[in-house]
Amino acid sequence: MGLSRRELIKTQAAAAATAAACGIVPASAQNVPVGDELRLKWDKAPCRFCGTGCGVMVGTRDGRIVATHGDMRAEVNRGLNCVKGYFLSKILYGSDRLTQPLMRMRDGRLDKDGEFRPVTWDQAFDAMAAHWKRVLREKGPEAVGMFGSGQWTMFEGYAATKLMRGGFRSNNLDPNARHCMASAAVTFIRTFGSDEPMGCYDDFEHADAFVLWGSNMAEMHPILWTRVTDRRLSARHVRIHTLSTYQHRTTELSDAGIIFKPGTDLVILNYIANHIIQSGAVNRDFVQRHVNIRMANTDIGYGLRPEHVLEQRAQHANDAQVSHPADFEAYARLMSEYTLDRAHEVSGVPKPQLEALARLYADPKTKVMSLWTMGMNQHVRGVWANHMVYNIHLLTGKISEPGNSPFSLTGQPSACGTAREVGCFAHRLPADMQVTNPEHRRTAEEIWKLPQGLLPSRVGYHAVLQDRMLKDGKLNAYWIMCNNNLQTAPNTNNETYPGYRNPANLIVVSDPYPTVTALAADIILPTAMWVEKEGAYGNAERRTQFWRQLVDAPGEARSDLWQLMEFSKRFTTDEVWPAEILDRAPEYRGKTLFDVLYRNGQVDSVPLSELGAEQKNQESRAFGFYVHKGLWNEYVRFGNDHGHDYADFDTYHEVRGLRWPVVRGQETKWRYREGLDPYVEAGSGVQFYGNPDKKANLIGAPYEPPAEVPDAEYDLWLVTGRVLEHWHSGSMTLRVPELYRAFPSALLYMHPEDAQQRGLRRGQEVRIVSRRGEIRSRVEIRGRNRVPRGVVYVPFFDASQLINKVTLDATDPISKQTDFKKCAVKVALASDRSGATAQTPPDPRGGPR
Amino acid sequence: MRPVFLAGSILAVSLAAAGALFAQDAPRLRGPEPFSLDAPAPPMPRPITNDVRVRRNYPDQPPLIPHNVEGYALDLNANQCMTCHARRFTEQSQAPMISVTHYQDRDGTTLGGLAPRRYACLACHVPQTEARPLVENTFRDMDELAEPEQRTGARGRR
Repeated sequence: MGLSRRELIKTQAAAAATAAACGIVPASAQNVPVGDELRLKWDKAPCRFCGTGCGVMVGTRDGRIVATHGDMRAEVNRGLNCVKGYFLSKILYGSDRLTQPLMRMRDGRLDKDGEFRPVTWDQAFDAMAAHWKRVLREKGPEAVGMFGSGQWTMFEGYAATKLMRGGFRSNNLDPNARHCMASAAVTFIRTFGSDEPMGCYDDFEHADAFVLWGSNMAEMHPILWTRVTDRRLSARHVRIHTLSTYQHRTTELSDAGIIFKPGTDLVILNYIANHIIQSGAVNRDFVQRHVNIRMANTDIGYGLRPEHVLEQRAQHANDAQVSHPADFEAYARLMSEYTLDRAHEVSGVPKPQLEALARLYADPKTKVMSLWTMGMNQHVRGVWANHMVYNIHLLTGKISEPGNSPFSLTGQPSACGTAREVGCFAHRLPADMQVTNPEHRRTAEEIWKLPQGLLPSRVGYHAVLQDRMLKDGKLNAYWIMCNNNLQTAPNTNNETYPGYRNPANLIVVSDPYPTVTALAADIILPTAMWVEKEGAYGNAERRTQFWRQLVDAPGEARSDLWQLMEFSKRFTTDEVWPAEILDRAPEYRGKTLFDVLYRNGQVDSVPLSELGAEQKNQESRAFGFYVHKGLWNEYVRFGNDHGHDYADFDTYHEVRGLRWPVVRGQETKWRYREGLDPYVEAGSGVQFYGNPDKKANLIGAPYEPPAEVPDAEYDLWLVTGRVLEHWHSGSMTLRVPELYRAFPSALLYMHPEDAQQRGLRRGQEVRIVSRRGEIRSRVEIRGRNRVPRGVVYVPFFDASQLINKVTLDATDPISKQTDFKKCAVKVALASDRSGATAQTPPDPRGGPR
Repeated sequence: MRPVFLAGSILAVSLAAAGALFAQDAPRLRGPEPFSLDAPAPPMPRPITNDVRVRRNYPDQPPLIPHNVEGYALDLNANQCMTCHARRFTEQSQAPMISVTHYQDRDGTTLGGLAPRRYACLACHVPQTEARPLVENTFRDMDELAEPEQRTGARGRR
């Protein structure tokens, strides 16, 4: 008993070493490898997870990834990764990887009520094509749809947008990024006429103050947080103010953690604008020269189904997006209602905190970087909230220069590059163009070499609407790629799952792993992931980053790009295009969609000889031309000379990404400012050239309450979100043992007094119940998040605690992005069924299977 | 307890059918089957606090934390991790010193102490619980690939 645990361990280690030295291991083995045995092959890639876009070095050997580390040469992260990034090596190797297509079958045929059986790619695609053709024939293009991803490579997004719009003539293509940053993207266009931030990450090293709006950067953007904390701890004058509905790791490391009541950030933002106006801090010259003042339509509803009472009651539910020209006085008058007293009363924030925050923005000498993510975007007034931040920066002229930077962060690796730039939204075409604009459609038809008048003009179904249309039987052929929507969409038990199991619909899911969504599908296609394919991502600061295929996908898994292109071979123009278009353009007759979309003399124009002899590239070798380079060369024509210029394909494989517009080989760090952005004319100072008059739109809006507010029965606010260790629905990170063991299951974070009031102790199983559904979880009253009374927080990564059965499918009526941060729930001990609500709706497949 | 038992048995039946196809049964990763079924919440596993170092998967992997960090102060005034892992305290604490990389700023210049960009320790280093992984991970260590006798052994096993 004389040995302590530590000493015991040391003794064991010494014994092992002695054994090795004494030759108990095979004598032939040199105990330290030398020479070629040590060599790994290193290549660059951007991280697979969030929108930060960290550079990663990937070490491979014998066709497998054996190591990763932060890329020292990457500007974004200079050698750092967060814990998820450091474990990228293992995300490919979950032992339940899908390696062959699976189809629900009975008696040897596709059957929605059958069991999953392995099939060949041909069988899967043939079954899909038959259904797609029947739906197109019977119901037309509006009955087919695709749910894509901000995790698609830019090539995949581009191939998908061509297939859906140019091939099937449907705009029912939307990315999961709709759930994530549609409010930000829509407001960029409304304000500046051009999507994505004016500033970049270099602002971190130039700002004097950081204001975080609904963003827990310490967990959700850890590497950008290292740049914020680096600046804060390196320069004494720098301050961090973090606004949130609960305390977390970011508020802990902030100078001010400002906790407000859910939804009242709008009041605080308007109070700041009012303070700026009242204290004479408006930069009148800037406003006069560069800003238009407009007022938003108000009482705009909550994006619920049209028959919902809240929509019926709203005055402008149907023209929520409209705003009207106004003058500064009208705007100042509206803002004057947002006094310090009112802001304090509504938000619950102490007055000194509000005043200190307002003074920061008003002081012309303090450079402010505003940062925001889901708290502000997943908001029934997300577009207004985004506007209100721009309004403050425009009033003071604190924009488009180093350190003065309203900056929207993104949650997915290519939310910007793929979902936004390439144009995978139901209303968008590449390079900020819109499907409703006839000139934009004509441009796309020209670049894509498609007949005039082919592209559909009606805005397609957005994410939440797709689920509703599937349930209602109006959308019948549906392909989900690169996302786990049954876990991440709102109100899934009532609005998402019924559509997947609707007998009229065929649901196809492409994924590397058997996810919740895949298991609810009819056909599952095994997908290559990350460096199993060549790719390109665009991060939150407009940085485009490329990588090569480094290893092979397991079994028959193929990239989404290959799947999209291969599937297009199964359709001819005569089957899917209207006769009048083919009458006008008979040269397209009898060709496959593959011929007209990808073998069009452009996409197929780069020969295989441009690939290195050793270079892996599954798709190119399958199709016989360098697919990625051909797609890129066609795609860049949309944006070149229009403020969206990219560098050439080969350059991106050399550099650690470049921030567009890339003009004459130079990237652009700050847009719209003379001397920093080549598109701004000399002598103008600032030009917001995305808009025809080169001015930004300041759009005033009031406070309006959330869609659902706690009451006597459902007495708690539910906020959902992420944790550091898991990324989104956890389909990759839960399969990495170290990340899993760090945070193995979701928890209900609750205030100790709220728990006590309900007779709950830490670790007890509880039911979280809303008007939509319920789940079971465990109570946590300590830990990394400290919620105020009346608020609970539940992360959504855990497939066994599907919190989105509980959430509400209310969206911002303008951006159509769901509010995952505000709905009303009650919490009770799981074993106590006395307060139980009605059972969850019956399974539409009819009983247990 | 009855509903729990019932739910469990339905789950088991439906998984038996799927079991042959999916390499490992991991219902917690795939959600309840059918989706609308109520699933029990697993108990909160205990944190690992044995102070035993865990081998890294590759040299650049940040070491895991083998002790409890519940309630550790990490704010603008205090970094509790550094009360043991700072160079000057490691003799008393016998804790590993922070890596030399942690002294370097963004530009690679070596500083006299912990670089501010490395201040948020828990962004990279995470503690572990006793939870058992839901599926195996088939990642293979580079040593296994590098050492000849191990390589043949590994091949033989496959």
